[in-house]
Amino acid sequence: MSLRVDDLAVHYRTTRGDVQALDGVTFEIADGEIMGVAGESGCGKTTLGKALIRLENRMKHVRGTVTLDGEKLPIADDRAMDPYRYRRISLIPQYAMSAMNPTRKIGRMIRELVTAKGVAYEDVRPELERRLRLVGLDEEVLGRYPIELSGGMKQRVVLVLATLLDPSLLIGDEVTSALDVTSQKAVARALVEFRDREFVRSVVVVTHDISVLYQMADTILVMYAGRLAEKASATTVIDQPLHPYTKMLVGALPKVGERYDDRRLTGIVGRPPSLLDPPGGCRFRDRCPLAMPRCEEQPPFLEVAPGHQVACWAVA
Amino acid sequence: MTVPSPGPATTVADDAPDAGAALDVPDARPGRLPGRRHEALYFALRNPKVVGAAVVILGLALLGLVGPLFADHGPNDYAGPTMQPPSGEFWFGTTMFGQDVWVQFVAGLRSTFLVGVLGSVVAGVIGMTIGFVAGFRGGWVDELLTMLTNVVLVIPGFVVLIVINTYLGVRSVPMQALYIGLFSWPWVARAVRAQTFSLRAREFVDLARLSGVPTRTIIVREVAPNMYSYLFMTFVLLFGGAILTAASLDFIGLGPTNAVSLGLMMNQAVQWSALHLGMWWWFVPPGLGITLLVGALYVMNVGLDEVFNPKLREM
Amino acid sequence: MRTYLARKATLYVLTFLVAVTLNWLIPRLMPGDPVQRMISRAGVQHPESIGPMVEYYEQLFGLDLPVWQQYLNYWGSLLRGDLGVSIWLFPSPVEDVILRAVPYTLGLMLPAILLSWVVGNWMGAAAARRKALDNTVLPASYLLTATPYMWLAILLVWGLGVVAGWFPVAGGYDFGRRPTMSVAFVLDVLHHWFLPFLSLFLVSLGGWAIGMRNLIIYELESDYANYLAALGAPQRLIRRYAFRNGLLPQITGLALQLGTVIGGALVTEVVFAYPGLGYLILQAVQNADYFLLQGALLFVVVGVLVANFVIDLVYVVVDPRTRTGLQGANA
Repeated sequence: MSLRVDDLAVHYRTTRGDVQALDGVTFEIADGEIMGVAGESGCGKTTLGKALIRLENRMKHVRGTVTLDGEKLPIADDRAMDPYRYRRISLIPQYAMSAMNPTRKIGRMIRELVTAKGVAYEDVRPELERRLRLVGLDEEVLGRYPIELSGGMKQRVVLVLATLLDPSLLIGDEVTSALDVTSQKAVARALVEFRDREFVRSVVVVTHDISVLYQMADTILVMYAGRLAEKASATTVIDQPLHPYTKMLVGALPKVGERYDDRRLTGIVGRPPSLLDPPGGCRFRDRCPLAMPRCEEQPPFLEVAPGHQVACWAVA
Repeated sequence: MTVPSPGPATTVADDAPDAGAALDVPDARPGRLPGRRHEALYFALRNPKVVGAAVVILGLALLGLVGPLFADHGPNDYAGPTMQPPSGEFWFGTTMFGQDVWVQFVAGLRSTFLVGVLGSVVAGVIGMTIGFVAGFRGGWVDELLTMLTNVVLVIPGFVVLIVINTYLGVRSVPMQALYIGLFSWPWVARAVRAQTFSLRAREFVDLARLSGVPTRTIIVREVAPNMYSYLFMTFVLLFGGAILTAASLDFIGLGPTNAVSLGLMMNQAVQWSALHLGMWWWFVPPGLGITLLVGALYVMNVGLDEVFNPKLREM
Repeated sequence: MRTYLARKATLYVLTFLVAVTLNWLIPRLMPGDPVQRMISRAGVQHPESIGPMVEYYEQLFGLDLPVWQQYLNYWGSLLRGDLGVSIWLFPSPVEDVILRAVPYTLGLMLPAILLSWVVGNWMGAAAARRKALDNTVLPASYLLTATPYMWLAILLVWGLGVVAGWFPVAGGYDFGRRPTMSVAFVLDVLHHWFLPFLSLFLVSLGGWAIGMRNLIIYELESDYANYLAALGAPQRLIRRYAFRNGLLPQITGLALQLGTVIGGALVTEVVFAYPGLGYLILQAVQNADYFLLQGALLFVVVGVLVANFVIDLVYVVVDPRTRTGLQGANA
């Protein structure tokens, strides 16, 4: 068991009160699993990604635990988390294009970073060069400034940089959304390869674009309004989703080979409830075609088939 | 003269559409409070920097406005005995020639405010116009205006002002303000140009352009409102800058010939050896007045930045 | 890099042209007959100077010539290094008078500017690090920036000069001394130099401290700083990067502030009757010595442009973005 998250709740402090961005989330990730987290913007997926590695100032850990390789992480304690960061949990941020200091040569920046983490640069340098070649980059990029690299190149450098110390868990936040389709594929392939070569044990990929997950994720976790809606293998989620929200989300995906001339692409009608003071019960019920009186009660996140969990009264 | 640039503060950028999405917080922004304008006012009235600075500025403005009305003699009249330290009769004492320092001070405040307001308006209008047009039109218009801006930015304006004032003379405060404004607009233009560039790329401007609305209307209706907060802060800084420049010009004797000013008071104090005679009441009030006023303006600017830029608000 | 420096050089040449043109134009905007006005204003301190003055003015203005020829003639005499003759210090050539004053101004400004820049940046960085420091450094900095140059100078003259009697209150050196290279003279010069230097240093200090503090706070919110924090890099490393990157805009700021600092130096010299360019300009104004005034203006402009170009060269060395052909900070 690589990662276990138990009843995790994280709130955002705002001037108008606490926003319950993550409200009681429980799931597990197995060794070697690449799990995608999908949902609309504001569903809590980014908060989840941040909670696993570094809470922002405005985020407040309310309850719940995160256990990595059997060890409970002190996620609420910024200082105590430092030893785990990079060595055990690492991150490819949403802003990978600007994640590197613009005024330092890439190699020098990596040297300073690993040295600060107590690792001798000379020891990792051969591996660094090997992995750069693996993602199709020459070692000479180490002598360049970030601004001299293209977007796709920067993304791949950050992938190599983030996984250099072989972390147990890698969090990828919208890793491909800033890239064109070709670069997207290259990065997705590299990520899978890194997992296969055990440079990282398991991966959480956060994205709003579920079609990206199809290329790389083993499992997909669908979130809605701060809670879990459904988790299953990627193929199940895309081909046979159970939760009405997942169905709508997947239905909003254009499928290769299908024609949309006569059928208009429909977005999902309505918007998620405010998480400042969310209503009780199932949070999707206002937009849900299957809503029924029982939805006033919060549905549990239940296993309906091996490896397939859903939080919905109508289908569970 | 020292104008601290508004810094890399991100007042306008904060409205970026992805700000909410990046935080992944739904409904953190959209209005429970009635509108942005009111929200800004709400926070402004609760910001100690803004309120404190406003009290100082308004207090000094009131002094300059009302003070001269209560004086029974003019600022340059020989009103009493010479070289008197502050007393019940002459609050700030008298000069070498028996002029009332208090009356000079309040009259000086009046022209200080006048030069600040007019100077900042002139510089603001020129800077914004050039910045807007350069940022909005782009292309060779931008090249040309940017070059012009940079040239005026590099020229040591103060020295040119000295030459202008020497040759052409400055008879009135508004004239002085005009000259000062003519040389202090460039950094406004640069900042406005950069902001306009980023706003121009937004959809609402494209939409307006596609629907055939004239450029001027787009700037006035679509671009400017998104920059109000920034422009307001710019005026605050220009105000302070104009006051300091005017004081320096007055101090070397190149001020308006028909007005009393705080800089001129210092000029006369130094010229008539107030320092050696220990007449501190002659040269302390004018400098202190300027420092208080300009300091309050700068603090106001910081406070406003906190008000307009939610990231800086303390939680 | 080439294009960056070429752009800058073009800008400075253009600025020089504009400054010279302004210098030529402004006197011609005077109402009435400028030659007569200037001569009547100049007074007759040196009766023997009137003859050459009229002659020079007439040659300079050449009002009977077409405007374009007047303009070209002006450039001609300028390029020959002929700035005219000082009226105030007749018959010294203007360039001599200016060159005599320049060392004092440079000796005052260079240390004041550079030291206040270094110390101010250091203070700003410290303020960005500690809340307690921030609450003291920041208000003090705002107070200093808001202080008019001449007022601080006046207070220093009065407090440390007149009242405490620690420092001389006027001049570049004791009037009883002859300028020699003796130790006693150098000490005397330093003694006179200290207060004006301190005054200029203090007023400039606040702006740099505020700027650096804001820049570091801004840098600490940037993506690369966030990423390093997420990877658990020590604060030391992140702050070092933020400081270094914050220095870059401060270097450009140095160029932008030069013009205003010069204004500050001028009025500071006036307060201390310090024999530099500022004092010279004041004398020129009071004695209606227009040649001297215009010469001083040109000199200051050239000085600012040269300093700007030096700063650009430094900037190219420290900011890789200017070297890669992509636009640097404010190119």
